[in-house]
Amino acid sequence: MTECPAGTTVTPQPVIHAAAIRKTYGRTVAVDEVSFDVQPGEIFGLIGPNGAGKTTTMECVGGLRVPDRGLISVLGLDPRRDVYALQERIGVQLQEAQLQKRIKVREAVGLWASLYRKPVDGDRLIEQLGLGDKRNAWFMTLSGGQKQRLFIALALINDPELVFLDELTTGLDPQARRAIWELVRGIRQRGKTVFLTTHLMEEAERLCDRVAIIDHGRLVDIGTPAELVRRHCPERTVIMVCEDAAAGERFRAIPQVQSVTIEGLQLTIRGAGSDLVTHVIRCVAEHRMRVNDFRTELPTLEDVFLKLTGHMIRD
Amino acid sequence: MLRGLWKLTWLEIKIFMREPLGVIGTVGLPVFIFVVFGRVLGSPLRRASPGVPRVLSADLPILASFVITTSTVLSLIAIIAIYREGGILRRLRATPLRPYTILTAHVLAKLLFTAVTLAATLLAGRSYYSLDAGVPLVSFALALLFTTVCLLSLGFLIASIVPTARFAQPIGTLFLYPMLGVSGLFVPVASLPPVLQAVAHALPLTYAVSLLRGIWHGDGWSAHIGDVAALTVMFLLFTAVSAKVFRWE
Repeated sequence: MTECPAGTTVTPQPVIHAAAIRKTYGRTVAVDEVSFDVQPGEIFGLIGPNGAGKTTTMECVGGLRVPDRGLISVLGLDPRRDVYALQERIGVQLQEAQLQKRIKVREAVGLWASLYRKPVDGDRLIEQLGLGDKRNAWFMTLSGGQKQRLFIALALINDPELVFLDELTTGLDPQARRAIWELVRGIRQRGKTVFLTTHLMEEAERLCDRVAIIDHGRLVDIGTPAELVRRHCPERTVIMVCEDAAAGERFRAIPQVQSVTIEGLQLTIRGAGSDLVTHVIRCVAEHRMRVNDFRTELPTLEDVFLKLTGHMIRD
Repeated sequence: MLRGLWKLTWLEIKIFMREPLGVIGTVGLPVFIFVVFGRVLGSPLRRASPGVPRVLSADLPILASFVITTSTVLSLIAIIAIYREGGILRRLRATPLRPYTILTAHVLAKLLFTAVTLAATLLAGRSYYSLDAGVPLVSFALALLFTTVCLLSLGFLIASIVPTARFAQPIGTLFLYPMLGVSGLFVPVASLPPVLQAVAHALPLTYAVSLLRGIWHGDGWSAHIGDVAALTVMFLLFTAVSAKVFRWE
């Protein structure tokens, strides 16, 4: 069970509780014994390569698919039995979904608003998502980013407590992606919980409060991005340009340092532990070395993923 | 329950109207063909005459009805396939809309366009095919509505099993037109070879032709209880089976 890994706080009422869910398609095991909790008010990311089982997991949690085994509770409801009650309280954006080519933005928002008991003001939502001047545009004429903003609007129309976002920024250019991230942070600010999937490690790192890494249908680890990096990739790298001829020897004397490589004036110092940088700086100060350039490299979620699964996320 | 049905139906109608080719194909083309036929064949159409086959003289309204209904069913199959392939059905299903509401909206929109096409054909054909005063138009319209709904349920069954949008139209055509061939509209069922007769009796179009033809020519509904029963059974069967096998994505 990976339900309560070290470092996460366990509160009595998670928004999503998934325990040992399993889903197979024929002989393919899409999701295998996946367990996790999502806490109120956080952005929780399910990360992994395409085909890892992220979408299937999300669709099981959202009541769009029925798992073969396992227990799921969302906002205290059973997503299978109480699917219609649940739909009033959640918002969904699906991967690769489309709308009718010739439906207008305001018509789509109006239709969605008519389907829920307590919708928010559709016109205001359109404005808030920056689609004001597109309200009469056909869906087919919208750009990728505009389509995703419309899907976010549709996911927010019922003022949901929990929002599902599946591969929200796939296929968008970096600028549109950043704009969407801001919108997602805005959703959290309104006190809602966000459950998203992504195969972009940068997105997970910048956006998510906690992430679960999933690969080949299995949950590999779970925690905040910083926690995961600390736990699995404690290595730190300091790169500096230094004219001191004895610098290499001095740095090698620091116990936390594992290796020093020297190329011309540039030294690359590798070691473990978060206090490596402190030790290096102290050493520089003690010996009054002349340092022309100094930077550190921290491992990223991408490195964590590689370490945990043995392959790159894009493979 | 019915939440969103009217709104969705109205939207689907508006969206359909925004695609000129679709409107011309479904509404304009049948009317156009009817008018061209009328002009070419001229006055013989007005009354049965020895040189004109029965299907063009006495049964012309039945033929026209089926051409229109068939194109309605085909366009239903196509739109369901396109919506499925585009992920539109998947998206709509993830809302409080009930699955049957989504599908009913399409049926209602299609029925409306069928009615419009029929009315337009009737108007355009007035000068080539004069209506007898005694034709029971209301009964005929009811019978046509009934058969169209039944055939749309067959359309759903076909839409449930077509693999992609590209195949929807050809597969639909492959099912529907041969059915029309053995339905008794062109050749009486009784004069078909025994095997084809058996096939004809297993197909809904045969009963639909019998019902519509009878009602048009003045039969009472009581004379066609068998047809109505057969169509009802088939409607229930098609609906039940497609509810089981329908794929949303």
